[in-house]
Amino acid sequence: MWERFLNEMTQATLDIVHSIARFLPRLMVMLMIVVIGWVIAYILKYTLRSILRLAHFDRLSEDAGATQFLKKVALPSSTELLSRFVFWVAWIGFILIGVSVLGIVGVEEHIARFFGFLPRLFAAMFVLFFGLLAASFFSRAALLAAVNADLPSPRLISSTIRTIIIVFSVSVGFEELGLGERTIVVAFSIVFGALMLGLALAFGIGGQDLARRYLERRFMHERREEKEDELSPL
Amino acid sequence: MPEETILSDDFLRELINVGEVDILVGVHTYNDASTIGQLVQAIRAGLLKYFPRQRAAIINADGGSKDGTQELIRAASISDLQHVSKLQALRTLHSISTQYPGGPASGNALRTILAAAELLRASACAIVAPDSIIEPEWLERLLRPVTRDNFDLVTPTYRRHKFDGLLIRNLLYPMNRALYSRRVREPYPPDFAFSGRLASHFLSQEVWSQEVGRSGAEMYVTISAIVGEFRLAQSFLGPKTRVEHAPADLVAAMRRSVGTLFWSLEDNFRSWSANSHSEPITTFGPDHELISDPLPVNRKRQHEMFVRGVSELDTVLKAILSPPTLAELQRAATMPEPEFRLGDELWARTVYEFTAAYHKAVISRDHIVQALAPLYRGKAHTFLVENRDSAAEEVESRVEHLCQEFERLKPSLLEMWNGRK
Repeated sequence: MWERFLNEMTQATLDIVHSIARFLPRLMVMLMIVVIGWVIAYILKYTLRSILRLAHFDRLSEDAGATQFLKKVALPSSTELLSRFVFWVAWIGFILIGVSVLGIVGVEEHIARFFGFLPRLFAAMFVLFFGLLAASFFSRAALLAAVNADLPSPRLISSTIRTIIIVFSVSVGFEELGLGERTIVVAFSIVFGALMLGLALAFGIGGQDLARRYLERRFMHERREEKEDELSPL
Repeated sequence: MPEETILSDDFLRELINVGEVDILVGVHTYNDASTIGQLVQAIRAGLLKYFPRQRAAIINADGGSKDGTQELIRAASISDLQHVSKLQALRTLHSISTQYPGGPASGNALRTILAAAELLRASACAIVAPDSIIEPEWLERLLRPVTRDNFDLVTPTYRRHKFDGLLIRNLLYPMNRALYSRRVREPYPPDFAFSGRLASHFLSQEVWSQEVGRSGAEMYVTISAIVGEFRLAQSFLGPKTRVEHAPADLVAAMRRSVGTLFWSLEDNFRSWSANSHSEPITTFGPDHELISDPLPVNRKRQHEMFVRGVSELDTVLKAILSPPTLAELQRAATMPEPEFRLGDELWARTVYEFTAAYHKAVISRDHIVQALAPLYRGKAHTFLVENRDSAAEEVESRVEHLCQEFERLKPSLLEMWNGRK
């Protein structure tokens, strides 16, 4: 009885030792992958930061209005943020590859899903950034055109354009991520419809006088103003 | 666009039939039927009267007119003119009209005329604006300095109303003079003449495929001749008669002129940064003449648009101007219309800060030029108020003062340009 117990214990101990012996090299490989991954991720971060600085990415980001947003929420500059993001994505990728080497059942599926999600995440970020850039450019263009054409409420025109482009970019970004696709489409339709209806009501009811004055000035007194402003700048 | 594709086969054939000429007069048109007949007759009269022995050709480059402009040019025959003025042609005066590719743009037209001039080996060329009401003498005044005195570029001076050409007097002339150091009164010349040598130089530039080459060619011509150290002169032509037309689009005018001036500074830094003071250029006749007739001008609207611009464009101006300059403009915008003045020093500083912002491309460069328009209206308002009852000498003295401010502040532009400010 005692002998049998000892045999079982020895066998179990040997099994554990064998398992540890089998696991240890994998753990070592994983640690090596994690360390090498950190070095590669750090090099990537450093290289990307240098490229973005050379390309004046912060200025582009400022132009898009992203810098002001980042400042408001106490985040670092766009260059720094993007470099750090790439560092973490790269390093987490290496950590997950390392974990997959351990051969833990069920983890591999999650890792595959993570890598499958990455391109969509980048696409969504790309859409959002260029959406912000486009929103900033077109809203400023509208503001300048409205001011120079002496149109009423230039800021309203400008911010409407900005809002529409941002809402559109965010909805496309979320759709790219696969988050609540239907909800986003419905929300976008509601926001867009409400905005248009609101503008129509505001201009039709709230801005009756403004609209009348504008239309009068535009059509009834056009001849007189043309005569007065005939000065040739060149 | 390669040079051979600018000239259509038919046009090329017509040019080959002409052979070589001594003088070429180019007219670029686009829906100018109301003025073109009279203009072409004046050009013909000028050539026959003052250059009867020279071989000459009139080249019309049209942007695709729909009002029969080209037909009118072809129909204006030489016999009509001989009938009226009894002028005798000693040589055949060729007249060719062509439609240039790329849509209506003065730069595309100029490039077509330059290509024709080079092909015909013209030693002197003149460009006449399609909406000008000219006298035959203008041809002589423009072309004689080229043919007789070997000048390469002859820009015009006119007898103008004191309130005409405000952008030239308040920005283009002072800034061009301060930076490029030549006192060219009309740096954006609608009518001008140049030598065959300069025509070949212009044609060899790479600017024609760019927006500046298409729409800002007139300004580029002056700057390019100064930077290339060609011989410059200006010639008094006569009264610049105001043609009835739709109100001028200020932003479009600024893009063509101010935009081109800003743009030119990039490539010519070595040239403009080295000069410290301006020099007059040879002038035939008076360098300016002003008419002071009463003219209905809506000054209040200029002021309103300045105030509105400063207030509404706050975020845009913050990206372009330094805080003290913006604060001064905002302070000026709070003043009631009768007391409002935009001083020379503040205006010159504002323009230079816009120039530096354009160089650094702090926002879209086209947006920078557009954002200057409402501020210019403030300066135009001040000019209109200060010179309401002024005689020509007083107006000229104010323009001279503004020019000196631009020259005085030039070092600050250099500092901003080099990033030291």
